[in-house]
Amino acid sequence: MASEEQLLAIKKAKVLMVGAGGIGCELLKTLALSGFQDIHIIDMDTIEVSNLNRQFLFRQSHVGQSKAKVAREAVLRFRPHISITPYHANVKDPEFNVDFFKQFNVVLNGLDNLDARRHVNRLCLAANVPLVESGTTGFLGQVTVHIKGKTECYECQPKPAPKTYPVCTITSTPSKFVHCIVWAKDLLFAKLFGDKNQANDLNVRSGDATGSSEHAEDFFERREDEDFEQYGRRIYDHVFGYNIEVALSNEETWKNRNKPKPIYSRDVLTGEFVQQNGNLDKNSHIDDPSTVSAMASLGLKNPQDIWSLVENTRIFLESLKLFLGKREKEIGNLIFDKDDQLAVEFVTAAANIRAASFGIPMQSLFEAKGIAGNIVHAVATTNAIIAGLIVIEAIKVLQSDTNNYRMTFCLEHPSKKMLLMPVEPFEPNKSCYVCSETPLLLEVNTHRSKLRDFVEKIVKAKLGMNLPLIMHGSTLLYEVGDDLDEDMVANYSSNLEKVLAELPSPVTGGTVLTVEDLQQELTCNINIKHREEFDEEKEPDGMLLSGWVQSPQMKKVNHKQVDNEDSTSIVSQPVHVETEDVNETEIVVSTGTKRKSSEISSTSSIASAASVGTRSNQKPEEINDDDDDDLVILDGHSDTLKKKRLQ
Amino acid sequence: MDSEELTEQETALYDRQIRVWGVDAQRRLSKSHILVSGTKGTVIEFCKNIVLAGIGSLTLMDDRLVTEELLSANFLIPPDENAFSGNSLAELCCDSLRDFNPMVRVSVEKGDLSSFGGDFYDKFDVVVVSCCSLSKKKLINEKCRKSPKRIAFYAVDCRDSCGEIFVDLQNYTYAQKKLDDTIERTLQYPSFEEAVAVPWSQLPRRVSKLFFASRVIERFEQAEGRNPGETSIADLPSVLKIRKELCEAQALNESNIPDGLLERLLVGTKEHPPVCAIIGGILGQEVIKAISGKGDPIKNFFFFDAVDGKGIIEDISNPSTGS
Repeated sequence: MASEEQLLAIKKAKVLMVGAGGIGCELLKTLALSGFQDIHIIDMDTIEVSNLNRQFLFRQSHVGQSKAKVAREAVLRFRPHISITPYHANVKDPEFNVDFFKQFNVVLNGLDNLDARRHVNRLCLAANVPLVESGTTGFLGQVTVHIKGKTECYECQPKPAPKTYPVCTITSTPSKFVHCIVWAKDLLFAKLFGDKNQANDLNVRSGDATGSSEHAEDFFERREDEDFEQYGRRIYDHVFGYNIEVALSNEETWKNRNKPKPIYSRDVLTGEFVQQNGNLDKNSHIDDPSTVSAMASLGLKNPQDIWSLVENTRIFLESLKLFLGKREKEIGNLIFDKDDQLAVEFVTAAANIRAASFGIPMQSLFEAKGIAGNIVHAVATTNAIIAGLIVIEAIKVLQSDTNNYRMTFCLEHPSKKMLLMPVEPFEPNKSCYVCSETPLLLEVNTHRSKLRDFVEKIVKAKLGMNLPLIMHGSTLLYEVGDDLDEDMVANYSSNLEKVLAELPSPVTGGTVLTVEDLQQELTCNINIKHREEFDEEKEPDGMLLSGWVQSPQMKKVNHKQVDNEDSTSIVSQPVHVETEDVNETEIVVSTGTKRKSSEISSTSSIASAASVGTRSNQKPEEINDDDDDDLVILDGHSDTLKKKRLQ
Repeated sequence: MDSEELTEQETALYDRQIRVWGVDAQRRLSKSHILVSGTKGTVIEFCKNIVLAGIGSLTLMDDRLVTEELLSANFLIPPDENAFSGNSLAELCCDSLRDFNPMVRVSVEKGDLSSFGGDFYDKFDVVVVSCCSLSKKKLINEKCRKSPKRIAFYAVDCRDSCGEIFVDLQNYTYAQKKLDDTIERTLQYPSFEEAVAVPWSQLPRRVSKLFFASRVIERFEQAEGRNPGETSIADLPSVLKIRKELCEAQALNESNIPDGLLERLLVGTKEHPPVCAIIGGILGQEVIKAISGKGDPIKNFFFFDAVDGKGIIEDISNPSTGS
């Protein structure tokens, strides 16, 4: 057990855990066993079946309940006398403000997305509370310690933007299965079942005949005289048949590419299934619409099987019918969700049919679900190890044992004989806009971009602000809040639609804008530079934010090694900094030159961290781990699965 | 490998881990039988991990009655003395573990594993021992080796904030991934007895100090007839004497086994829950690798010390034979 001083520090401590998922369950258990008495835990999620293989505090009977609350009850069973305070809530809710964070001695993250991590990082900086951050994917994981002013903050190393695909690759020239998934999920599924008012490129590149005119909007609505089957076939024939024919008519596109072949339902379903019905009955006993399944209707069981074109076509039509017949109320509001069986079936079938059309190998529902849902591979063991390492660092933090803080990487293949590799934390990055006050630079066409573009694409998407306030000098241009009076709200909404140069206080080249988030207590200044032209494909935002660069410290080598006994040589070891459920970033830690231990004085250095990149998965046996080195994109959110081949 | 399919229930439950190790590995796991002897904190962590992973069966052995000390890193047993009612540690752990995954058969076996005959061992694919004396470790390891089938043997122990795992996979062939290629690779493991008999002068330079320190403590406990972990600071003089003898016999500088480290190992008999979680996690991964035949296994020792934070693999085998 721990030393007396450690035990005292542990007993007095009040800790906040953010996340009660894969890492969270392990962490709460290990904290409780280690003697922690006062633990608060925030998690907005409810329990799902696919959590049960590793989130061991939960049982089948808990599915649907709050993770934070069930985790508390499970831990109190073996440590009944400690205090655990659960919050079934989003850590970004306003109640969790700087004052809330200030009551804790340390904050421990076991989160599954970049957005929430950035938010917690800012609150910890503002409240001056130490943060121990963590992430895992498969057999890889890491724990890092972030202390304001002493070590780098979570955002000191810029996180890569999610990879996005050129629109035309998705709409017209897919060459990989993932392109078909993106099309099926973000275009077709969204078009048929999502918000009708959302802009959608489903038809954009298919030709003028079905361009984004009013007429085309109606095309995807079911007509009054159509039954489900007729409607499904009309959609099918349109997107897999007619649209492909239209695309083929543009011969220029296919000069150096394989031509796709149009697919019509009548050619696939010859004879026996022409008038197929009655299958809905197999789902008729189901009261809960969220459990209807086209696979069940059609008697397909194994999600690992790759369906034939006929089976995909039947699943496509059947799932469409089930949406219309059983889940009509949701249509118009649906957003793709990896845990929505019917949605996964529809997207798998649609992606496969499109893949067949373009000569791309089809995939099983299991694989398609992994790609569409950005599912990260997760096992109990890595989470347990990482949780143990978090507690070890948390205890050091409580004792202010500054010299011994470590970031630790859990590796799949040993580096210098190590599977668990401790590295001394880095100093804060002086150009980090989050923990230092360095201004950023924004290149933008001030005559074309509206304030709305700036708010959505920069302030929210890039700077990760939740409740922003934008000022030019002493003039307030925009703010968000509950306590604004009507005049202000009207004023701000009209500002949103104005281009920057025409705002009440015009924003032009040379202007310095101040952007603040009152909840995160983060302020940053942005120098505006006017620029006329932007490359549509490379700079789709029509703006370019810079100034937040990798610390020179990361590039040069100026960190002393964690320990000076081991003189063995250099290794370049990739380490993935990941999240439990959603992939994020990876750090490549490489050590420097080979030395003898006698040469390593306390000032010399050999370890340094280098580039930050991403990738989804390290296991080569994964089907989707082929030559494709740039995975997924798409919905503009940061929590997408990405990967990148290591150098 | 037979091509029996996983059930829908299994596919749904194991979705995230099948994405890590594949359907084939999951099938092998579900047919594997694991025996653990000595169910303190580290082994409990290990049991949780493999039961969640979906092995076929787990057999627990530990006839000790529950004490406060035995429960310090145990999250399976509520601290309610009335509920113990004369049950052994293994029996009390068994019920909770069943609850973690209804698809895994968890049972208890009574008695002393080292006294059991060969056909008892034949039922298992993996044997894990903990809280076990030097001679029993050797004996059980030998019994595993004598079985007509290959039984993977692991010995695991934590003292203070340090942990040690020993692995014997005998003659182990697996598919090693090298970039895009898969090559078949065979590793020869020494038994525990052979490994600890390797002359220290033949070991690679800078072997983890924990390796030497553990051997000294082990030797001390054996000589005094103590159960593993039954030590205190009062034993330090005797332990230092054994260190001196060993180092002289092995021509090793005594500074390779610092007093401070020996002191920690003697005094820190109460478990460190974070270290149990880390060692139990690494052990879980290793056993999953050995069953599935996927991934590079540890050969043949793993050490972790929370003080420096390193988790290190050491190959302690005869350099000429590799085993």
